[in-house]
Amino acid sequence: MPETELTLEQLRDRFSETYPPYTAHEAAVEAGRCLYCFDAPCIRACPTGIDVPTFIRKIQTGNVLGAATTILESNLMGHSCGRVCPVDELCVGACVLGAEHRPIAIGRLQRYATDAFYQGGHTPFEAPPDSGKRVAVVGAGPAGLSCAGELARLGIRATVLEKEEHPGGLSTYGIVVLREPIRVSLEEVELVRRLGVDVQTGVRVGEDVTADELLASYDAVFLAAGTGSVPDLDIPGEDLTGVTEALSFIAATKLAEKDGLERLLDLPVGERVVVIGAGNTAIDAATVARRLGAQTVTIAYRRGDSEMPAYDFEVAFVRNEGVDFRLLAQPVEVLGEGGKVTGLRCVRMELGEPGDDGRRRVTPVPDSEFVLPCDQVIKAIGQSKLEPLFRAFRVDTERGYVKVDARLQTSNPKVFAGGDCVRLTGHALTVTAAQDGKIAAASIAAALGVPVGEGELPRGVSRSGAGRAGTHHSGAFAPPRSAPHAAAKGVGDG
Amino acid sequence: MADLSSSFAGITSPNPFWLASAPPTNSAYQVNKAFEYGWGGAVWKTIGAPVLNACNRYGGFEHGGHKLVAINNVELISDRPLDANLREITEVKALWPDRAVIVSAMVESSPEAWRDIVRRIEDTGADGIELNYGCPHGMSERGMGSAVGQVPEYCTMITGWVAEAASIPVIVKLTPNVTDIVPPARAALAGGADAVSLINTINSIVGVDLDTFEIRPNVGGKGGHGGFAGPAVRPIALHMLSAVASDPTFAEGGLPISGIGGVQTWRDAAEFLLLGASNVQVCTAVMHYGFRIIEDLVDGLSNWLDAKGASAVRDIVGVSVPRISPFGDFDLSFKSVARIDETSCIQCNLCYVACDEGAHQCIDLTVDGARIDPATLADGVTPQPKVREGDCVGCDLCSLVCPVDGCITMVSVATDRPKVTWNDLVRDRSEVTTDWDAMLAYREENGIDIH
Repeated sequence: MPETELTLEQLRDRFSETYPPYTAHEAAVEAGRCLYCFDAPCIRACPTGIDVPTFIRKIQTGNVLGAATTILESNLMGHSCGRVCPVDELCVGACVLGAEHRPIAIGRLQRYATDAFYQGGHTPFEAPPDSGKRVAVVGAGPAGLSCAGELARLGIRATVLEKEEHPGGLSTYGIVVLREPIRVSLEEVELVRRLGVDVQTGVRVGEDVTADELLASYDAVFLAAGTGSVPDLDIPGEDLTGVTEALSFIAATKLAEKDGLERLLDLPVGERVVVIGAGNTAIDAATVARRLGAQTVTIAYRRGDSEMPAYDFEVAFVRNEGVDFRLLAQPVEVLGEGGKVTGLRCVRMELGEPGDDGRRRVTPVPDSEFVLPCDQVIKAIGQSKLEPLFRAFRVDTERGYVKVDARLQTSNPKVFAGGDCVRLTGHALTVTAAQDGKIAAASIAAALGVPVGEGELPRGVSRSGAGRAGTHHSGAFAPPRSAPHAAAKGVGDG
Repeated sequence: MADLSSSFAGITSPNPFWLASAPPTNSAYQVNKAFEYGWGGAVWKTIGAPVLNACNRYGGFEHGGHKLVAINNVELISDRPLDANLREITEVKALWPDRAVIVSAMVESSPEAWRDIVRRIEDTGADGIELNYGCPHGMSERGMGSAVGQVPEYCTMITGWVAEAASIPVIVKLTPNVTDIVPPARAALAGGADAVSLINTINSIVGVDLDTFEIRPNVGGKGGHGGFAGPAVRPIALHMLSAVASDPTFAEGGLPISGIGGVQTWRDAAEFLLLGASNVQVCTAVMHYGFRIIEDLVDGLSNWLDAKGASAVRDIVGVSVPRISPFGDFDLSFKSVARIDETSCIQCNLCYVACDEGAHQCIDLTVDGARIDPATLADGVTPQPKVREGDCVGCDLCSLVCPVDGCITMVSVATDRPKVTWNDLVRDRSEVTTDWDAMLAYREENGIDIH
């Protein structure tokens, strides 16, 4: 058992947002530092093309509602993105003040604006007349919600079908509360609903409604189903008590925030925990384990330091939480006694030449097995692909991901797709999912013959479906330009 | 180390920093504390006629997240009984013989009232009297303060009454709420003043509450003009100081000037000294940060004097006054152009948009040296702003908006034109100053091409 039971106050302290919200004065001072660059690089570094200098200037003038509207015009998921975007790799990384090592805290300011907006319960956009067209969206994560909301802004009614109890996808279930409280994603869902979108939860496409039924009753379908459950490790001992997977572990903390923090005390946490994988889900799970009282938490990862999918700032954060890393360690068996986990047997790995994805290959070192003693093993090794679902929609796939063109259309002309289910390369970010939703909405409108004025096109989307000046955005696949290493890092673990 | 001691109209103090007549000098408690911190002198908050104050009294002027860039007040002169003030002034002066203790006064406009207050002030042992001819609110409606300062004849008359009655130096504090501050300054001189101080606060309404539509500061739902002071007024004060300091008539009288108006740091003080002030008075900065700022005022000024090779404050008083010139005497052949240091440029392009839309269209955005249209710029390409020096009119806007120190500099470039001023042209080529064709011919003849 971990340390003595945590009090409610301790839980609140350990499971609330890392950064406090800005006060009005803090926001005004930080906004006042923004140079209001002409043709600012931060705009270009944002995958959704948010007009950053304009929204910051609006904060400075006290027009916070206008600031939030500027953000949401480009990104309906801006409430989440202000919190979870790897801003150092995106807008903040491009800030010209980085030259003197004090770039503007764009994420914090964005959060300040959207927090004020959502507290007021505003609806930022007027819905145009109903075009009569109907679109089904599979999955209520950021890509699905962004697409449905953008369609609503074009007069196309969308119905979003979500298999989970709550909408919001990974924003609701998969991002640790320290970075994004659950209310944030739920508020985002409510905004999309106010725009006229029908969001239905607890509906499994393929069971409660078939793909063919959707294809028959809607003018188009947007697949934004994300990824499936965490796959098995396929090693002996995986069924022992004490082996769990990271996403449900993180989800429990999210729901506890909503349903009562004392629920966290029911979450089984070991004294010595090993997390397998080194993506951001692994980081979040390791953080949760530590904060729930685990004495030691070790992240075991089969590749090396520079192959870790997590961002440097995440690795630094979790090291600061007291989490250890055991790199080049491939789990081969979960050891147990009396049906309970007692350790994780690993084999040491050796780095070799880079593979096709640019990451160095690893091979086991003979006779190098060792045991990490532990009483809990948390799997964070990426998610499985939803291939049966994709087959039901008769769309081509590649390595388990839906194949799309630059306009996010699949091989089935009636079906478009975006978000993590098409994220074959590049980081699977909330902001790229939101941009996919925008691109898909514009493409769907064009395919359905719904007029889209150039001025009404989402930012960063031109009529041809290509990006600004037609020079990038090879669909949703282009990695953020200011994150050159992002392309080299894969999705999840590998 | 430079000598910071000051002698102002015969009043000595260990440094040239006095507290201005204002809330920080309202009591012995405050002035004693200020002297412990090292202030050279204090002008006691104006004593005189009975008053009753209102609240709220102050309104803050904020800019860009900076609090109190200026403060507006509707506070009156001291609302403490005259006897209490006089008793405390006596105690303070006895405790601090080396500091300057000046008493600001304002009474009804009669010779008897002024003679009486002068006598009572002299009885305290104070070093001087400052006549408050500047207060723009509350007192002016009662025929005092700026109601006197705005009418040079009254100013001369009342100064005369006081000067005749007083054996200690008389300083006349001037109001900026006039179109030209020189006539009131000359009036003080004519009335027999020993010195002037300037500026008092500027008439202002600091703002309107956008939720309640109330005026700030709000006095029970109403508001009105008050006195504006603090860093934001400094440029206006510097102008008025330079106008008085460079007035030949005033200069003939040889009266010293005490500089007031938004002094917050030693740098501000140095500017006042260079433009002719013999010492400075400080109020708003102390209301914002407290008496402790005196440490850096003294230390910073001392270090700066040392760096400039000045042995005493008086060495730099008025040094920049001869540079004050009317436009008609500016050398129109002097030419400067902007230069951008591309190694320190951070490509914020503020200079580009300022020049293109706010000035004279002489900066281009370039990629690999070629001018580009920003509307068609490809992603991932960061353009470099470049000045077309041949077209640059030398307005200096670009360097003012540039956020990087030293990135854009204005460099003077040689022209083969001899020095010429507008007044020269009026005298020698008057047709050029009245007729556009003649002006264009003159430009052609002198190779002046205006982009």
